[in-house]
Amino acid sequence: MRGWMGKTKVFFVFTLLALFLAGCGIENLTALKPKGYGAEQAMDLIILTTLIMTGVFIVVMVIYVITLVRFRRKKGQEDHIPEQVEGNHKLEVIWTVIPIILVLIIAVPTVLATFDLADDSSADELINVNVKGNQYWWHFEYPGEEVQTSQDLYIPTGERVYLHMLSSDVIHSFWVPSISGKMDVNAENVNTMYIEAYEEGVYWGKCAELCGPSHSLMDFKVIAVSPEEYEQWVDDMQNIDAEAEPETADAQEGQELFEANNCMNCHATDAAASGIEAGPENNGPFGPNLSNFGDRSNVAGVLEHNEENLVDWLMDPESIKPGNQMTGQYPELNQDEAESIAAYLLQLQPSEITPENAGD
Amino acid sequence: MGMTSAQKSGFGATLWDWLTTVDHKKIGILYLAGGGFFFLLGGLEAVIIRIQLISPENNFISAGLYNEMITMHGTTMIFLAAMPILLGLMNFIMPLQIGARDVAFPFLNSLGFWLFLFGGLLLNLSWFTGAPDAGWTNYAPLSIQSPGHGIDFYIMGLQLSGAGTLMGGINFIVTIVLMRAPGMTYMRMPLFTWTTFVASILILFAFPALTVGLFLMMFDRMFGSAFFDAALGGNAIIWQHLFWIFGHPEVYILILPVFGVFSEVFPTFAKKRLFGYTAMVFATFLIAFLGFMVWAHHMFTVGLGPVANSIFAVATMAIAVPTGIKIFNWLFTLWGGSIKINTAMLWSLAFIPSFTIGGMTGVMLASAVADYQYHDTYFVIGHFHYVIVGGTVFGILAGLHYWWPKMFGRYLHEGLGQLSFWTFFVGFHLTFFIQHFLGLMGMPRRYWVFLENQGLDTGNLISTIGAFFMSFGVIVFLINIIYTTIKGKKASGDAWGSGRTLEWAISSPPVHYNFKQLPLVRGLDPLWIEKTEGNKKVTPAEPLDEIHMPNGSILPFIMTIGFTIASYGFIYQTESKYWLIAVYAGMAIALISMLIRSLKDDHGHHISKEELERVGD
Repeated sequence: MRGWMGKTKVFFVFTLLALFLAGCGIENLTALKPKGYGAEQAMDLIILTTLIMTGVFIVVMVIYVITLVRFRRKKGQEDHIPEQVEGNHKLEVIWTVIPIILVLIIAVPTVLATFDLADDSSADELINVNVKGNQYWWHFEYPGEEVQTSQDLYIPTGERVYLHMLSSDVIHSFWVPSISGKMDVNAENVNTMYIEAYEEGVYWGKCAELCGPSHSLMDFKVIAVSPEEYEQWVDDMQNIDAEAEPETADAQEGQELFEANNCMNCHATDAAASGIEAGPENNGPFGPNLSNFGDRSNVAGVLEHNEENLVDWLMDPESIKPGNQMTGQYPELNQDEAESIAAYLLQLQPSEITPENAGD
Repeated sequence: MGMTSAQKSGFGATLWDWLTTVDHKKIGILYLAGGGFFFLLGGLEAVIIRIQLISPENNFISAGLYNEMITMHGTTMIFLAAMPILLGLMNFIMPLQIGARDVAFPFLNSLGFWLFLFGGLLLNLSWFTGAPDAGWTNYAPLSIQSPGHGIDFYIMGLQLSGAGTLMGGINFIVTIVLMRAPGMTYMRMPLFTWTTFVASILILFAFPALTVGLFLMMFDRMFGSAFFDAALGGNAIIWQHLFWIFGHPEVYILILPVFGVFSEVFPTFAKKRLFGYTAMVFATFLIAFLGFMVWAHHMFTVGLGPVANSIFAVATMAIAVPTGIKIFNWLFTLWGGSIKINTAMLWSLAFIPSFTIGGMTGVMLASAVADYQYHDTYFVIGHFHYVIVGGTVFGILAGLHYWWPKMFGRYLHEGLGQLSFWTFFVGFHLTFFIQHFLGLMGMPRRYWVFLENQGLDTGNLISTIGAFFMSFGVIVFLINIIYTTIKGKKASGDAWGSGRTLEWAISSPPVHYNFKQLPLVRGLDPLWIEKTEGNKKVTPAEPLDEIHMPNGSILPFIMTIGFTIASYGFIYQTESKYWLIAVYAGMAIALISMLIRSLKDDHGHHISKEELERVGD
């Protein structure tokens, strides 16, 4: 008995230490420090259920430990036959009724929160975004504002933003742990959820439904800025001059190469909303919108945003995101060509509102 | 063939004996061996997964291979390891517990085993050409769009082994209903028999949903239908419903039998009858019933709407009630007992806190809004490994240590047993406890890599270290089996000295007809009753007379070969119509075997009274 207890103690100390070291995770990502409405609702329930369940666990463990200490067979008792108890009606009632009460205590707030988070009665008056999930990137269209963007979703703080989500291929799942729980992005029906960020920040989003080899690389960002900054961002995006010439010669060459290599078949460089809908009959866009590519928080969702990484991506996307749809869609690029295109793309910075405004 | 084959014979004869056997005990051992083999395979896959996740952005295996690895790990562990091992225990022990000489349909029993084995082998053949890669849940449309034949192997492999399981379930139900010894009323049945019965009912109702889903997917992938293709008017969500209408009862198929195991182990080693027998039986039924009412809690994030989510959330929480009843009844079985702790008991005792944690996180997951965070993250991975490893695997190991002397006539080595227990137990908690936190810290499941600087490194490293501990424990257990087979201490009939149920009333291992005379059951725990009255043997219910036993047959094996060839043909006929030859040839082999079985009378054989008298006790 003593040996058993000793080992358990060591084990628990080690576990606690490990948890302490690991902390609660990174602020931009963890669900344990909620920064938005959905995440907060979930966290309240997580705490409630954890407390109740820990209470149950403690009761079980107290009975368990006492039993093992008191009733372990001792030397000289080998022939002792304990009383053969059939059961106890009163006890059965107790451990049936108490759990029912506990379950009800959990069930009521769960049901209330479930209906609360599904409430879309005021969606018309608020910001709406059509979200499209693709292998392995995200597209965002703001139908009210007539603009679109990809990978980085800009939202104002303190407001509900309704997301209407549809997939163009397989099932994805939209998850930004620190501001909201997740919802699946299906190909056959639009799923609607809302998110609301309490404070400015760049919140890391993940795809949470297995969608192919690069499932783990289908990251995106939610960039929550102040309502004023959001207004300005929308304004800037609405006023992109698609005809504008890049300033440097390198970037101009890049623009020519961009056009010559048919990149535009899939990638738009202006942000005007196309009105296209996702769904099983995918009619585009087939690649991320690049109108504000220079302001992206990451290259391909996962790499640090710099020219070197962009060149690597352009020259061999397969080595970065296995199974992506861009590989093989354009002629092979040499280093110089890739660098020129990168220079062109990185100067696409139509707005002063960037992830940095959100404190990144 | 038949009774003489148990004596020493050549390799060929032994092989023939095992290929043709219809003896429930031998089929039980075959299930254990087959399931054990796949358990090692699934474990190897798990270790590869954990090595890939030992550090951020690791490149131990490629993204595509990783998805194959997780798919095969899940599929193998659920369908080819846990369930067959449980079927093995049920097969061997349940007929002994009810005082029967075999199951109701011995031929079908053999067919069920071979279908399981060849379904599993067929599925694993896919490793040579590309394994399935859409997760063990195989969601459409990812599975529909998956290139190559991996998913086709998944479909046909599971269809074969699933048919085998369904046969097993039907067989056990009929056996328990019809073949109980005189006096063995329902409410005198041991709990392991009860849980076998209830799990079999679950199999009977749950597996058809999987069969239907697999057929629809087979048609979609092989014959151009569009059940799951939204572009052509199909609906991929239907797959999720079909899968989970099967899949949720499936986890109860995995857990209820081990609830039975613990309900045997605790009374034996506490020398005390099971506390609240009636409550235990009804709790089992309640869990099984509710198990069919909660499948959509796997689909809270699918977008079913708040009404459906609320109903399924509350129904799910309700399962905590009967499960709690069971936990407390086990605790009070131990309370006041004379508890002896050995390896079988260690696994059972370790189950209580481990499974309680799994149950706690289960209730937490049931809270739909909280599940929006947990869903498809490592929290869920942590939860179901606490339930399936902390419950099912611990239960299997408890059951194996407990019944090993009965099945093989030798005790597993106690020292090695405890070494494997402690390393596995510590490794298990190291691996999976931290995963709850990893999930909430933002790590979705089925991630080939996690990125640097996302705060997930330490947790993943700890988890991988735990997996090595678990592997060590499994290896020690294997050494224990080998050691025991060669040098293990011999066991008597009532191997633990405090056996209560009928299997301990006969020799270890039992003779192939189990009971020379069928026992008369005079109450719950019949052997215990006889022992307290000073009787050395259970009172017989019949005079010594000749025993009728079924004959062995090679037909189930041949039938299975036929179905396997046909399945292989189905997989490849999309490439070339010549493969249809394999379909027709395979089906012909199977159907001709069925015809032979139907037309050829086989009345079995009799063991004469003289021979039984010669054997003595």
